[in-house]
Amino acid sequence: MSLQNKSLIIAGREFRSRLILGTGKFSSPEAMRDALTASGTEMVTVALRRADLSGKKDPFASILEFIDPKKYLLLPNTSGAMNAEEAVRLARLSAAAGLPKWIKLEIHPDPRFLLPDPIETLKAAEILVREGFIVLPYINADPVLAKRLQEVGVATVMPLGSPIGSNRGIQTREQIAIIIEQATVPVVVDAGLGAPSHAAEALEMGADAVLVNTAIAVASDPNRMAQAFRWAVEAGRAAFETGLGARQTVASPTSPLTAFLD
Amino acid sequence: MSFASEFEKLPLNDLVALSLQTTREAVVESMAKPRPGLADFARLISPAASPLLETMCQRSRELTLRRFGRVIRLFAPLYLSNECINNCRYCGFSRDNPIMRVTLSVEEVRREARAIVADGFRNVLLVSGEHPKFVSGTYLAECITALREMAPSVSLEVGPMEAAEYRPLVEAGAEGLVVYQETYDRAVYDAMHTAGPKRNFDWRLDTAERAYAAGFRRLGIGALYGLSNWRLEALAVAAHARHLLRECWKASITISLPRLRPCAGEFEPLTHISDRELVQLVCALRLMFPDVGLVLSTRESPALRDGLIPLGITLISAGSHTEPGGYTGAGKENVHLTERGRILSPGPEPVGASVAKSATGQFQIADERPAAEVADQLRRLGYEPVWKDWDTALTS
Repeated sequence: MSLQNKSLIIAGREFRSRLILGTGKFSSPEAMRDALTASGTEMVTVALRRADLSGKKDPFASILEFIDPKKYLLLPNTSGAMNAEEAVRLARLSAAAGLPKWIKLEIHPDPRFLLPDPIETLKAAEILVREGFIVLPYINADPVLAKRLQEVGVATVMPLGSPIGSNRGIQTREQIAIIIEQATVPVVVDAGLGAPSHAAEALEMGADAVLVNTAIAVASDPNRMAQAFRWAVEAGRAAFETGLGARQTVASPTSPLTAFLD
Repeated sequence: MSFASEFEKLPLNDLVALSLQTTREAVVESMAKPRPGLADFARLISPAASPLLETMCQRSRELTLRRFGRVIRLFAPLYLSNECINNCRYCGFSRDNPIMRVTLSVEEVRREARAIVADGFRNVLLVSGEHPKFVSGTYLAECITALREMAPSVSLEVGPMEAAEYRPLVEAGAEGLVVYQETYDRAVYDAMHTAGPKRNFDWRLDTAERAYAAGFRRLGIGALYGLSNWRLEALAVAAHARHLLRECWKASITISLPRLRPCAGEFEPLTHISDRELVQLVCALRLMFPDVGLVLSTRESPALRDGLIPLGITLISAGSHTEPGGYTGAGKENVHLTERGRILSPGPEPVGASVAKSATGQFQIADERPAAEVADQLRRLGYEPVWKDWDTALTS
């Protein structure tokens, strides 16, 4: 099933799916692999700290073995980094290990709410863009920061809907609307999307894509939930491309009172 | 403000009284709060909450899944030395216990680490008794450096130090520090710690903050259940965790829930916390702290561990040995008997000790399953065993 939506283009690369998946929190690497298939995603992010970057194919850190690079663009992320220096170091190590030179830049010094550090993110983005990385920064829904990052040359901005893993949906709606309105790069709503309806809402608003992990990984049936998100994303995008009717507070009757004027 | 100052003002006894007197209705109200406070926590660990345990378990499981996912992280303790200058009445390593002692050389530590890494562990906790002569800062830094060649995540559980002494250990690559207060009941603490620097209650209480100041990113705290009223200990731990979450906002906080195990010296626990109460405590901690790591060691039986895992636990040890050299026999040739702190060398072997060639363990473990078996069991329970969750690039 497909709603013939337009493709998503990030840094010149075309993606038919607008659903990006995270790979943490699954009950097994096999469960993750199956959910990726069910979701129809074409871009998958992996925490570098969980992967083996030594090239020794560590059987106890084998997450990358379960992600087919022919089917998915592997998007390494810097989760765990507390500052720009650590994030840059991880990104370089990832590239040196032969992973794609794409990086989801995540810098959260606070391990509790996992909220991104705007200052360190901007610093790291400057360095990594200069070094030729395609940088997708995870940010709070801050329109000014989003613009500053675009000036630096990032490939997308990824504002959060609500804190990672919170399932609370788009709590930052007004700010995200401004980010979308001003954007010169794709906007990916990342974090906090707990239900397919949240994902549909993001796409309806005009977000170019969403990133989902927890809601799928911890679902009782991750495959079905992955499919549900897939359809919600397609539906939300189709609605956006078609153009939703404007909202108003009064009813709009099909037999209007002014009919006699016609 | 340090926790030691805050601790003085904590109405712990009042909170314990509240816990014992609270009603089912009050418990239900506290359970529904999105951000429970200490009084709510007192209600969650109350006798009145016990009939609501199933509901608490469901809620705790749901919160843990959402925050941590269907994964359990694994670590292994590596004991460096069982030399100790403290006398702690409940601990097998106590200075005056006539036991077989040894401090591993760095090369022996490497040998032990190789065995642990071969079992899958990429997260190692270095443990030692407190004895600056045998376990110096320089020695610890060398051990950390040796470990980091093999395991990306190295944490420490060693005698408390000043922040300035911790810094070189962080620079060497240690990222976590674990220090249990043992008991938060000052009178019992004084009675239990009869000799050595550990007698200083407040110094120990502020260790986590000194470690944070030195740059440690993971801080582990806990009480040793079996010394004082478990509700008082739990309330103090909760207050401590709450303090650290505010003051040490960049650190991950973990809480362990060790219960006293049989050990050399044959100390009998002074108090008791039942299995059911332990489960209630795990759930109460999770409801109070959705983001805090909860640690379970091999002190508990396989059946209890398997039951607790889906309820809120996030980090476990497996296949552990609590004696230096326990994984490979490293250091056997240097094992010596000490009595009241004096090395009897070449000493008479302890009476009836066919184990004379091994160092004595800190306590007896209850879950003796090898790591691979525990990992298989985690998979059967629907959890992915996560061995590597850290990369040296983050801390090098």
